[in-house]
Amino acid sequence: MMRQRRLSLGQRLTLAIPYLWIAAFFLAPMLLIAKISLSHAVLARPPYEPRFLSSDTLADIWAKAQSFTFDNYRALVADSLYFDSYVSSLAIAGVSTVATLLVAYPFALAMARGPRQWRPFLIGLAAAPFWTSFLIRVYAWIALLKDEGLINNALMALGLIDAPLQMFATTGAVVVGIVYSYLPFMLLPIYAALEGQDPSLREAAADLGASPLQVFLRVTLPLSRDGVVAGALLVFIPAVGEFVIPDLLGGSDTLMIGRTLWNDFFANHDWPAASAAAIALVVILLAPLLLWERARLREEEGRR
Amino acid sequence: MSRFARFGVLAAGFTFLYAPIVILAAMSFNASRLVSVWGGFSTKWYAALLENEPLIASAKISFAAAVLSAAIATFLGLLAGVALARFRAFHSRMLFFGAVHAPLVLPEVVLGLALLSCFVAFGIGRGFATLVVGHVTLTMCFTTVALLAALRGCDPTLEEAAMDLGATPVQAFALVALPQIAPAVASAFLLAFTLSLDDLVIASFATGPGATTLPMRIYSQVRLGVSPQINAISTLLLGMVALALGGSALVMLLGKRRGL
Amino acid sequence: MSAPLLSIEGVTKKYGAIVALDGVKLDVGAGEFFALLGPSGCGKTTLMRSIAGFETPDSGAVRLRGEDLAGVPPHRRPVNMMFQSYALFPHLDVFENVAFGLRRKGEKEGAIRARVSELLEMTQLAPFGARRINELSGGQRQRVALARALAPKPALLLLDEPLGALDRKLREETQFQLKEIQRKTRTSFVIVTHDQDEALALADRVAVMRGGRVEQIASPIDIYERPATRFVAGFVGETNFVEGVIARDDGLAFATTFGRLPRAQCALPEGARATLSIRPERIEVAREGQGIAGRVEDYVFRGEYTLLRVRVAPDVVLRVGAYDGRFAIGDDVKLTIAPEAGVLFAAAA
Repeated sequence: MMRQRRLSLGQRLTLAIPYLWIAAFFLAPMLLIAKISLSHAVLARPPYEPRFLSSDTLADIWAKAQSFTFDNYRALVADSLYFDSYVSSLAIAGVSTVATLLVAYPFALAMARGPRQWRPFLIGLAAAPFWTSFLIRVYAWIALLKDEGLINNALMALGLIDAPLQMFATTGAVVVGIVYSYLPFMLLPIYAALEGQDPSLREAAADLGASPLQVFLRVTLPLSRDGVVAGALLVFIPAVGEFVIPDLLGGSDTLMIGRTLWNDFFANHDWPAASAAAIALVVILLAPLLLWERARLREEEGRR
Repeated sequence: MSRFARFGVLAAGFTFLYAPIVILAAMSFNASRLVSVWGGFSTKWYAALLENEPLIASAKISFAAAVLSAAIATFLGLLAGVALARFRAFHSRMLFFGAVHAPLVLPEVVLGLALLSCFVAFGIGRGFATLVVGHVTLTMCFTTVALLAALRGCDPTLEEAAMDLGATPVQAFALVALPQIAPAVASAFLLAFTLSLDDLVIASFATGPGATTLPMRIYSQVRLGVSPQINAISTLLLGMVALALGGSALVMLLGKRRGL
Repeated sequence: MSAPLLSIEGVTKKYGAIVALDGVKLDVGAGEFFALLGPSGCGKTTLMRSIAGFETPDSGAVRLRGEDLAGVPPHRRPVNMMFQSYALFPHLDVFENVAFGLRRKGEKEGAIRARVSELLEMTQLAPFGARRINELSGGQRQRVALARALAPKPALLLLDEPLGALDRKLREETQFQLKEIQRKTRTSFVIVTHDQDEALALADRVAVMRGGRVEQIASPIDIYERPATRFVAGFVGETNFVEGVIARDDGLAFATTFGRLPRAQCALPEGARATLSIRPERIEVAREGQGIAGRVEDYVFRGEYTLLRVRVAPDVVLRVGAYDGRFAIGDDVKLTIAPEAGVLFAAAA
């Protein structure tokens, strides 16, 4: 452990600027919704009670604090809409993560085993869509998946189907949208893990009598585990809270918590309920986050 | 993996990634309003864009917000990166580290909701300023991560050498560290710019009347279905990104040649 | 020595439970070439960084020309450092690297050009001024680092393992260059190294460090011939350690398991357990005649001499330098050790 020491004036100034920003526009708002989640909804602006005012005395604050309630959290479990949204979000995110992995792994493997001088170009090309608008990429799928869209037209022209398949506005479309949008997040860590592998390890395994399949299962796959874990978390965590994809590609029966939250906040103006749901979502995501942090720390230690 | 299989996988992968984008761009030149009918080549949807004043106004707002918020986020990210990479352990380092990185993994809906509640509770009128604040908060975690990695990758003994030769700490940073992380600063700015330009969720919460962003306009149109004008503006945005990516790849290449 | 240029007065530095420097005291004179020698982790690098101002001692003082440097930041100290990694600026060419310190002093362009040219000349880098750092060889980089550190005319130059990254052949050549440059510039050099050959070859005086303490400060010859502690004897050069007891029967003697050796006067009382340190080349070896009987177990040809491993007792093998004659495994030999050849240390309690 390094001894705690005072920072110089310049250093403290350097730290203070981003720190104040984070405190004012991230920590304070998060604390505020934690507080709102304990309040109850009223018809006012802002639509919740109690509110603390700068003119409040300590006694006022104490009196108002008495009205804090955990009802909103109880409602999360009792209200089937919220409960189903959580379950369905986790399920959709889980299925999408597995699907993304199945698409990304062979893709990453093909790039990592490609000619050395081509690899930077290939990985650059695979990562480039990440820089384009997320909204537009999701939108592009509407034209493909609609009843009168390109895929249905092509299939009908080929005579494979007689009537359009219902693909748009389904949960399946949401999964496709997530796989498509988050593919680079899965691709890059897996590629990095595979590209860093020493080729002589595979040669050694083959030399010791392993078949190509055994080489893959016993050497390549276990050594890329860290990349797979990182990629899976990078896809799963944002997918759980996703709003745009279920809203544009999903049907009215596709429940996802991001969308439910949005509607409760904007359409129903039930701020306390939405705040409680948001806090609960953060808590649910904390488990994979801690896993992620542990993996990251382990990686950092390994580098040292 | 055989050469043949490798080629097949790469072809399939890149088709999956690029086909929807290419089809979207192609459709923006379709004279027909219908997705399924090719009505001949036309640029009429682009011409129509020029007359769509609300869309142009939104594009201007989005662009201004993106430039401003990316500049602020890069500056804040640079300061935070320096603090995390170069300072001795300070008391609340863990809290700072966590708070800086949290928005990376926090669902945007949650961050947006928190920001909106905060603006309303403190009676702050929503508009362009709150939009920029929201985008800076969203993007500064990305710029911090990028710049922190760049600073960690650049040898701190170089800055010590500069101080040993008489440079003040600020001079040592400006003359030695900054030139080396310049490509990272540029790409952090571009990343923040792109994220801000693209963001729908935070903007919907943080902005107010009179400051409707381009993604918000696109979104409200898209909910009603495929629209040729949206295809056109999307293609323009995609083209801009392609240009920017080509440009930054060139900068990287030149930087590499200069031995950085 | 009159007033020393640099004096380290009881400097202590701890990192948590680890004591990096433990009351270090030493002086460096003007124009002196001084070496800090020790194994890794002995505190020599921490001491050097404390002199440069990158570490703050917990207690004690670092004085330059009598002035306490506490609280003076690195950029205001008239001390320059040549980093182990060289720390050359990759975005600047050779000329601008060397000029860096002069520009910070705000010198005039003409003066900077003159001084940089002078240094590039001295370090045989004159044709390379416009080169980038990644276009230079290891030896050239080392010389740029030296020129850059010398450019602002420091009162004291610190060199952190300056030859560590060079290959063997280049290293010897560079040793001579370093000495010559030190003589020409009349700057005090303090070199940090774990390589005893380097320290002995370069320095006027050597401080041997271990576990944050100074074990001995002396000239290279004295360090080698009269090590103050058993650690110094073992760390600098090759040696044999022979356990025994101080005796005085018929004359001064040192009683060992393989016989009685003559010894010089020493402060240890009679009957005390002691260790004799004796260098391989100080043991005389002959095929016959008087002396300790032994048998050659193994040998290594070293060019100017052959190092023999001679068993003199069931549990004692001595390393002996043989300068002439050929020996084979199994040869019987006689060894003689002169009274003044070795150094006696009290055995560790």
